[in-house]
Amino acid sequence: MSDKTTTPREITFRLRRFNPETDSVPHWDSYALNVPDGMTVLEALHQLKAEQEPTLAWRSSCRMGVCGSCGMFINDLPMLACQTQVLHLGTDVVSVAPLPNYENVKDLVPNLEPLIEKHAAIKPFIIHTNSKEIDEPTGEFLQTAEERESISQFTHCIKCGLCLAACPTVATDPLFLGPQALAQAYRYTADNRDCGLHDRLEAIDIFHGPYQCHLAGACSQACPKGVDPAFAIQLLKRTLVLDSIGFGKKKSSLAKVMPLADVVKAIEEFAPPKRTV
Amino acid sequence: MNSNKPTAYNNRLGLKGWVYAGRYTFERYLYLGHRLSGMGLIAYMVLHIIETANRMRGVEAWQGLMALFASWPFKIIEYLLFAAAVFHAMNGVRLLLTELGFFLGKPKEPVYPYSSSVMRHRPLTFVIMGLAALIIILGGSSLFFP
Repeated sequence: MSDKTTTPREITFRLRRFNPETDSVPHWDSYALNVPDGMTVLEALHQLKAEQEPTLAWRSSCRMGVCGSCGMFINDLPMLACQTQVLHLGTDVVSVAPLPNYENVKDLVPNLEPLIEKHAAIKPFIIHTNSKEIDEPTGEFLQTAEERESISQFTHCIKCGLCLAACPTVATDPLFLGPQALAQAYRYTADNRDCGLHDRLEAIDIFHGPYQCHLAGACSQACPKGVDPAFAIQLLKRTLVLDSIGFGKKKSSLAKVMPLADVVKAIEEFAPPKRTV
Repeated sequence: MNSNKPTAYNNRLGLKGWVYAGRYTFERYLYLGHRLSGMGLIAYMVLHIIETANRMRGVEAWQGLMALFASWPFKIIEYLLFAAAVFHAMNGVRLLLTELGFFLGKPKEPVYPYSSSVMRHRPLTFVIMGLAALIIILGGSSLFFP
């Protein structure tokens, strides 16, 4: 819903407030603000804090959808405040609350600790059986453009946590690993340089694992980077099923090491010609 | 200064987050329907065992119960049960296919505006839900207008 207006419009912001030192439950406060075209929710919050409510608390950093700090529940959908233009929401009243399914530390600040803990639990790094090569590298693990493309989408996760706020399963099952961790489990498992599926099974092939996902698709709708966690979870389920019946990734197909001399040679082949003048 | 240690507010949506699909996509509503119909079918299984156990109370008790089940309110309940079973089974087929990676497309570099696997498999969703609706309508005509 795009609003073409260029003159500022008065918007009422309903902000959910919570001070753990004085409040036992959150409450809503309303503030009016003239919003010009192009103003983001994050910019509006900055202006409200500067002009009307200096005690308002939230978390943000980069202001350009890279750091993933400013995830908020805006008009009942999880979004990045820095990427959401107020007038594009198309409502005269904009509600802003902290991300649900996390503890609320203060005002609009969620505690993202469970997200990080679940992410760490799935071993989000390349696990390779060739430990000698890891310790004393003689070259580089090969990865073709196609192999890179097959996981590239899932490497864009910025850990903003919007997907867990959107997920209906996370809402009732705090132990569910959630879209972020499961998508990253697939991202590393599907990497042709990785052979750590069985090392990750203890963390992912559990009751609170991928089979709790019934493809509501809310995580993919919420993801601000196009990671499509719901897609990764379905592919992870397929990987687990194939592995359990003996059709998993064969070690022979794992990344070969390209000797350093060949790496240099390959780079030289693609290097621009030397200048002669 | 307050001597009590500040405590965070538990902001988990709980049952509301499970039931309220709000402005999420069609598949989010299918998720809700799948779980509700599943719970309904489990409840029916239990009731069905209790119901058939009535046979042990004699022929008259059994026939009385059968006469009760032939009444209109129970026919409507039976139809709702049938609809739940059909929806659950058909949506289950969709989930089974997608869980095995079918109809979802291939992973690719995300370029804005992003396309998701949920949208890519939507034609399958509509075909399967259309079939489910057809079966439910045909079942209804068969049940109410034999």
